Amino acid sequence: METDKLIAMLASNAEPVAPGALRRRYAAAVAGGGIGALLLMVAFYGVRPDLRQAAGDPMFWVKLGLPLALFAAALVAATRLARPGMRLGWSAEALLVPVGVIWMLAAVALVSAAPGERLPLVLGSTWASCPFNIAFLSLPAFAAAFWTMKGLAPTRPVLAGAFSGLLAGTVGAAAYSLHCPEMAPPFLGTWYVLGMALPAVAGAAVGPRLLRW
Amino acid sequence: MRGLSGEAAAYAAFLKELSAFLRAFLRGRLARVPDEVEDLVQETLLAVHNQRHTYDASQPLTAWVHAIARYKMIDFLRRRAGREAMNDPLEDDSDFLGASDEEAREAKRDMATLLARLPDRHRLPIQLVKIEGLSVAEAAKRTGMSESAVKVGIHRGLKALAAFIRG
Repeated sequence: METDKLIAMLASNAEPVAPGALRRRYAAAVAGGGIGALLLMVAFYGVRPDLRQAAGDPMFWVKLGLPLALFAAALVAATRLARPGMRLGWSAEALLVPVGVIWMLAAVALVSAAPGERLPLVLGSTWASCPFNIAFLSLPAFAAAFWTMKGLAPTRPVLAGAFSGLLAGTVGAAAYSLHCPEMAPPFLGTWYVLGMALPAVAGAAVGPRLLRW
Repeated sequence: MRGLSGEAAAYAAFLKELSAFLRAFLRGRLARVPDEVEDLVQETLLAVHNQRHTYDASQPLTAWVHAIARYKMIDFLRRRAGREAMNDPLEDDSDFLGASDEEAREAKRDMATLLARLPDRHRLPIQLVKIEGLSVAEAAKRTGMSESAVKVGIHRGLKALAAFIRG
C-alpha cells in the first residue's frame, strides 16, 4: 500500500480522541489495583484489630501518608513518561520529599533512643516479612499499571517500567499499612521504602520487554 | 491540533505533512538502508495514529512527533540488530522540522497484505469504514456487528497491524 493510501485510510472516519483519555485510564488502573490490594490484604493478612485506636496516633497517618505522597509523585511521573516528548520535570525529585521526611523522623527517633533500643526500632517484629508483603500486595496494581502504560506510548521503557512498578508499590504499601502493627519511623523508613522499591526495580527490569509499542 | 479532534481533512493534511518530515528525517539517518525508509515512514504514521491519545494539548506537537519518530527508528535499528546500524549517531537533529521530502519510494512491506491477515472482526470494520468510507452505523448494519464492536474492531485492528510490523 502506498503511503498516501495509508494516510487516506488512517484519516477517513477517524474517531476523535476523547479529552482526558489518559487520566481516565489511570483512574481505572489505580481503582482496580487499589481494590485488588485491599482484597489481598484482607484475605491474607487481615486488617489490624486495633485500627480504631491506631487511627488516633499521628504515626498511623504518617505511615499511610508516606506511600500516598509517593503515589502522587509516581502517578505524575508515569503519566508524563506515557507521553512521547514530555519531560519528567519535578516529579522524580518530588519522591525525595516524603522519603526525606520519614528519614528525618527516623533519625530523631534513633538519636533520642537509648543505644540498646535502636536496633529494635529499625527491625520491629516484622522486618523480615514486611517488604515482601508490600511487594505481594502491589501485584494487582503492578499488572494494572503495566497494562495501562502498554496502551500509551512510553519512549523510555526502563523509566516507564520503574515508575509503573513504584506506583504499584505505593498502592501495596498503603493497603499493607492497614494491617501492619509497626509504628516506628526507623522501621517505616527502611522496610516500607524497601517494599515499595522492590516492584520499582522489577518494573525497570521488565519494562523494555513488556512496554514495546 | 484540529486533526486530533477528528476533522478528517485537517488530519489527512497533517499526516501528509508529517510523512514528508519523517521521510527527510529517516533518509538522513538511514542512509545505509534507503529501501527501508518508506516502510518505517508508514510504521511511524501508524504509531502516531494509534497513539494519538497520548498527545497533550499543552505540549509542543513537534516534541511529541519527534519523540515518536526517534523511538520508532531506534526500535527498528534494534530489530535489525545490525551492530553497524546500532552505532549510527542518534542525537537530535535541529533541522528535523525544517526538512521535508515529498517524494515517496515504494514501501517493501505491503500494508494491504498485512491487513488481509487480520481476523474478520478487525479486518471488515477497517475495510468498510476506513477504506470504503462507510459510516460506523452502515458498517454495523452490513456486518451484523454492533456499532461499538465496529469501533473496537477498527481500533484493535490498527493496533494489531502495528504489532505485525514489530514482528
